[in-house]
Amino acid sequence: MLSRTASDLYWLSRYLERAENTARMLEASHSIAMMPAGGSAIQELAAPLRVTGTVAEFWREHSRLNFAELYKFLAWHPDHHASIYYCFRRARENAHAVRGRITAEMWETVNTTWLDLNRMRSSPPDLKPFCDWVKERSHLWRGTAYGTLARGDAFHFLRLGTFLERADNSARMLCVKQLDANNEANILRDYYHWTALLQALGALEAHQDVYRDKLDASTVAELLILRSDAPRSLRACLEEINTILMNIRGTQGRRAKGAARTLLSQLEFGSISELQKEGLAVFLERFLQTINNVGDEIQQSYLAAI
Amino acid sequence: MSAVFPPSRGVFDEMLLDVDTPRASYRSYHDWLANVAEQELRSKRHEAELLFQRVGITFAVYGEEEGAERLIPFDFVPRIISAEEWQFIETGLCQRVAALNAFLKDIYSEQAIIKAGIVPADNVMCNAQYQVAMQGIHLFRDIYAHIAGIDLVRHSDGNYYVLEDNLRVPSGVSYMLENRKMMMRLFPALFAEHHIAPVDHYPNLLLKTLRESSPVDNPTVVVLTPGRYNSAYFEHAFLAREMGVELVEGQDLFIKQNRLYMRTTTGPRIVDVIYRRLDDAFLDPLAFRSDSMLGVPGLLSVYREGNVILANAIGTGVADDKSMYPHVPDMIRFYLKQEPILHNVPTWCLRNEEDFAYVNEHLHELVVKEVHGAGGYGMLVGPAATREEIEAFRQVIQKNPGNYIAQPTLSLSTCPTLVDEGIAPRHIDLRPFVLSGRETRIVPGGLTRVALKKGSLVVNSSQGGGTKDTWVMLKDTKTETASC
Repeated sequence: MLSRTASDLYWLSRYLERAENTARMLEASHSIAMMPAGGSAIQELAAPLRVTGTVAEFWREHSRLNFAELYKFLAWHPDHHASIYYCFRRARENAHAVRGRITAEMWETVNTTWLDLNRMRSSPPDLKPFCDWVKERSHLWRGTAYGTLARGDAFHFLRLGTFLERADNSARMLCVKQLDANNEANILRDYYHWTALLQALGALEAHQDVYRDKLDASTVAELLILRSDAPRSLRACLEEINTILMNIRGTQGRRAKGAARTLLSQLEFGSISELQKEGLAVFLERFLQTINNVGDEIQQSYLAAI
Repeated sequence: MSAVFPPSRGVFDEMLLDVDTPRASYRSYHDWLANVAEQELRSKRHEAELLFQRVGITFAVYGEEEGAERLIPFDFVPRIISAEEWQFIETGLCQRVAALNAFLKDIYSEQAIIKAGIVPADNVMCNAQYQVAMQGIHLFRDIYAHIAGIDLVRHSDGNYYVLEDNLRVPSGVSYMLENRKMMMRLFPALFAEHHIAPVDHYPNLLLKTLRESSPVDNPTVVVLTPGRYNSAYFEHAFLAREMGVELVEGQDLFIKQNRLYMRTTTGPRIVDVIYRRLDDAFLDPLAFRSDSMLGVPGLLSVYREGNVILANAIGTGVADDKSMYPHVPDMIRFYLKQEPILHNVPTWCLRNEEDFAYVNEHLHELVVKEVHGAGGYGMLVGPAATREEIEAFRQVIQKNPGNYIAQPTLSLSTCPTLVDEGIAPRHIDLRPFVLSGRETRIVPGGLTRVALKKGSLVVNSSQGGGTKDTWVMLKDTKTETASC
């Protein structure tokens, strides 16, 4: 397929995944910030800003950090790259550009999401119903893609975008939480801290399945980094990325495939105790760099119009 | 039952002879309409709007705020054409397009028609659309206008006349196709009762035509679009998708060793045929407008080598120019040795002194159009204009008479249309699409455009026009496609 088309599909997926992840993060922060936890309420509120790298931007436009402002900024801001509104707008533009490559049902899903979002804009719903709506639209999108799109390159580039974005988002979230945890010593705080993270990554039930009632920094890190049970874990994402790269037609992308394979091996053969010895925050920073590298290689091999 | 308004006196109404008497081709539909509640019709219309919006059948209007998209209003009272009438139109269209293609071949080679004194040399050679770069080029099958949109109107005498030829980048076929889909969705019962010639195979015929335009075996075809912000982008994407070919922009293409390639995820791929939805001027910044970002540098040289086919060819604009329009009947006689089946509207060319004098006397009665105008802009509709407007226009035409032609105000036929008051007659035209490949193929019907404002003759979508579904009724032994 055309490089430009592959790029549009890839970024379409990344924006939609980003929107869903932002909604999940907002929700999780919201519930944790309501807990009686003293001074760290502010830290919890700021976490989504740190994850998305938008702290400076937020303070440029807002004078207070509270839930209303955070919601306005991360859900409705028209211009910055992490806002849900912006993500849906870019997604719809890209979908418009690749209409010939996605099915009618997929296009209608994205287009309807966009139309409904704009209708809501003048009097936005509360955060929780809004985040539910975002997740629902995301599930619908995924459903139409899985249900109606032929398993060719269009499908592969869409999925590739999803998992690159997911791996990146998950790693950022883990990173921020890890840095916070390093500065914490309160056991009860810990518990809510980790369940919030699991919730944001849709992994709470998966954790219960694997670890029963045991919950601590190690089990959470192991699940979300090294195990493939939870769909948003780093390992699950890398497994998908590797499979997809193998399925894309042609001989381009040798370096992207190599980088992705190496990263997967580290996760397959790593152990949580080794990672903790190195320091999880350090590991996660390195992971972020490498996954961005994989993204760059993908850009060069398939998507760049050079 | 909805209020049905009678046809205007002196106007040919497609459905009604008078308020109680439908024409033969509409008898069955008229019965159906008589028994449908107005409320149901209105709710169907609302349903259609929602569907169109959801599916995104919009077009961008230039000059409106960034990203503004509009729905083209769709009216579901069909325009019905009998099988016999269509047979006549079809034969006339084939003849006319064959003559136009022969003309194009001639003026870019021997120029016999100029030497015979039938078309003035300066009309051709000084025409801004005449492309010197096309002289002496041999095109496969001698086809220049692979896709032609011929605008027809029916006058109050009941006859069809050609209003205009469109040989550059004729558009609107996607609305024809989407309208049919919408009608079948809204009124399935009607399609069961009426035997209507299908149109959905147009993309199929288009692809066949494009593939036949190249001498290459199994050629790679692409649709070249200016991009998402072009007003007809929906159609570009639609046709590319229906044909199963790539939709490319200039930036996706490059030239190497005099062949054209597109950038793909599996590396560069050769392109043999371009269905280009770009005007000549934007195709190649090295040959035409140097500020164009939409084309491919060097495309003209690859084209001249014969290494890529463009549909339509470069330089077809000289033949659909309003100044050339009056000569088309002569072209039919000269190249085909036949009398024209479809007639032109009587036309005065203001570059001609006698014609100018006549037009100047009768401005209040005539429609005066710019030779190079498009989309209904820059024209005068005499009978609808104020005295000031007429005088102002008189000044304008005096400055540059060669830029204008005039025609009598046509009494365009009307077709019942659902408006606020009920079902009332509104003026329509018809644009069939003629495909020229190994044979000439025309999908039955075409796009019917309707002027939604009462009494208005302006059907352009950018000026408030809408569209209708066109039904060509099937005869028992009639085949679906035409070959002439």
